[in-house]
Amino acid sequence: MLCVVGTVPDPDFPLALGPAAMESGRIVVDGRKVPVNRGTPALLGAALSAADVLGLPAVHACLVGDIGRGDGSRRLYAHLERHLADAPWTVLVFHYLQPDVDWHNRVLFAAETIRPRPVMIADAGFMYAAKMSGQAPAYDLFTPDAGELAFLADETAPHPFYTRGFILHEEARVPELIARAYAHENAARTLLVKGEKDVLADERGVIETVAEPKSATMEAMGGTGDTLTGLASALTASGRDVARAAILAARVNRLAGRLADPTPATPVEALIRHIPRALRQMLEG
Amino acid sequence: MALFSLFKKKPKENDAAAAGARGADRGILIFENTSEVIAAENRLKAEGWRIRVMGPPPEIQRGCDLVIEFPLIEELEILRQLETAGSPPLEVVPVTGPLLQPVNLFQTVDYGEWLMVRAANMKICAEKASGIIVNISGGGCPDVPYLAREMVGKALDTAPAPRAIGHTLCGYALELAYQELKRRCSAS
Repeated sequence: MLCVVGTVPDPDFPLALGPAAMESGRIVVDGRKVPVNRGTPALLGAALSAADVLGLPAVHACLVGDIGRGDGSRRLYAHLERHLADAPWTVLVFHYLQPDVDWHNRVLFAAETIRPRPVMIADAGFMYAAKMSGQAPAYDLFTPDAGELAFLADETAPHPFYTRGFILHEEARVPELIARAYAHENAARTLLVKGEKDVLADERGVIETVAEPKSATMEAMGGTGDTLTGLASALTASGRDVARAAILAARVNRLAGRLADPTPATPVEALIRHIPRALRQMLEG
Repeated sequence: MALFSLFKKKPKENDAAAAGARGADRGILIFENTSEVIAAENRLKAEGWRIRVMGPPPEIQRGCDLVIEFPLIEELEILRQLETAGSPPLEVVPVTGPLLQPVNLFQTVDYGEWLMVRAANMKICAEKASGIIVNISGGGCPDVPYLAREMVGKALDTAPAPRAIGHTLCGYALELAYQELKRRCSAS
């Protein structure tokens, strides 16, 4: 079972736990609704679209409102610390959460008591905290973009905001940055680097690159990285190994993007609407 | 008081930077969260203090931190002003080692009708002709979706600034990208 943990940009959104559904472009959890436009709701939208095609059991969500003050994240962290040990999750995804090393460690230790051990995926703020805590190798998959990869590669940076200038986040240097991130043990067991080309890597280096179909404007769209992580999560929950799931996710995300024919002003909902068709096409292809 | 005023009124160079370069004693002001750092930075700069927003030293990093660096000799007057404003720091710590520098590199992508600027992990894209912000992406802190919700669809000149409504380092990075995009759009 897949569980997605993250925040929504509404300070009044309470802690909402349970199966997630998508209704008229909104994510619904525990009777609470939130638009699928970016962030964790976009990740969930992609995961739910893929889960429907893959015939997965219900996707669960642990959501809370947080607009950057960290109060909602801390409430969610406290809940996870108390209850994760009894959770039935086989794939656990952490997303937009306030980076906080102490809380990260408490949640990670709780997650590691789940039996059997779930596949652990981290992106966004929780990935930042995982790297800063020195616990990155405890995760199965990180999904950074080129800028976040530079942050993983900079062993001194506690946040992408402090990545040192000489560690340039240029796509041509992705293999070098991947090697540096692994050399300092600041990467998950598998990396899927999102960009003009999506790059799958592990500690041995680049495993595979996905460059097609190409849509130059996808980088400017908010949420396309979130949908990629959501697809990788759902495909992992379908029983595929993490690396295969990540590569297939990259192909499906790109195809859904091309089907949406986006401009930089296109909202990510347009891409999510095309995920079922793109996934079926890739599975049949 | 007159002594402190003397320091304040004659900032011939970036005091904090100069102190750092000379190896003189510097201090950092530590606040509860990034929003309070930004508010204190605004207040102190408006009062004429030349301070720098920097990254904290490793021993006090928690995750999403900024601190204000200042020459330690000016501590009392700066603290007095912040206390008068009702926003004193949690702690004042002397530092001697180098502090982390915020990112200062920008990448720009021209999509024809649209222009995108990236600073660190944050990207912002606007339509050139209208100045309307069409997308905000990247980042990982929870105020990024909130900032996108508040800014997308609004003009660069009228949208709320990330430094006014953001709370995290991602919000601060978006502020840098936003200012650079405004500069480039107004120049074109």
